[in-house]
Amino acid sequence: MKIIAVCGAGIGTSVLLKMNAEKVLRSLNLDATVEAADLETARASRDAQILLTTPELVEKLQGLPSEVIAIEHVFDLGEIGDKLSAALL
Amino acid sequence: MSLLEKAFGKGSILLNQTAADWQQAVRLAGRGLEASGCTTTQYADAMIATILELGPYSVIAPGLAMPHARPDESVLHTGMSLVTLAKPVDFGSTNDPVRVVFALAARDHDKHLELLSEFAGKASDPDFVNSLLSCPTEAQIRTLIH
Repeated sequence: MKIIAVCGAGIGTSVLLKMNAEKVLRSLNLDATVEAADLETARASRDAQILLTTPELVEKLQGLPSEVIAIEHVFDLGEIGDKLSAALL
Repeated sequence: MSLLEKAFGKGSILLNQTAADWQQAVRLAGRGLEASGCTTTQYADAMIATILELGPYSVIAPGLAMPHARPDESVLHTGMSLVTLAKPVDFGSTNDPVRVVFALAARDHDKHLELLSEFAGKASDPDFVNSLLSCPTEAQIRTLIH
């Protein structure tokens, strides 16, 4: 399964989201690859089950086959864990 | 020396600065990147344009902004700058008010990943912002991010 963490530039916020999502997935024993990408790359990708982003960017990711999850606090592993589990389990 | 400490070149740490609004705060952080040779002046414009276009998603933790823009010709070296603010400013984020600004410049999509991993280790500590603000000198900041 593939998850893409998304921010506007694909180098900062998305990378932190990816790192924290990987931590959470490991602790939940879930097997998934997480990539960080900018908006354009994420929009062009069709093979991700989940797009993980921040509330500001949800609107920009509508109309794609992937489920979009907004994370309010990038460092809140509890929030990331709850939202990923709800989507995956 | 950690990658994180190395990312802050000479002139990249600006303490107890005054900014009237978030744009000025980002511009100050851009000045830090420029002073240390990481970027040209244009990078600050790109960071501001990204926030104007897409919103303040770079305010990643309470009180902490990490503005950045995509790698382009205005980025000369991967690195970071730090501005601590005498008075906090609002970015329009749920993590407002912002008291410390870490600007990030990356040459490409890969080479800064270890650096960000070290940064994440520090920034995930809820006391990080207050610890930074209690440092009166650059030397103390450098010890903190060591």
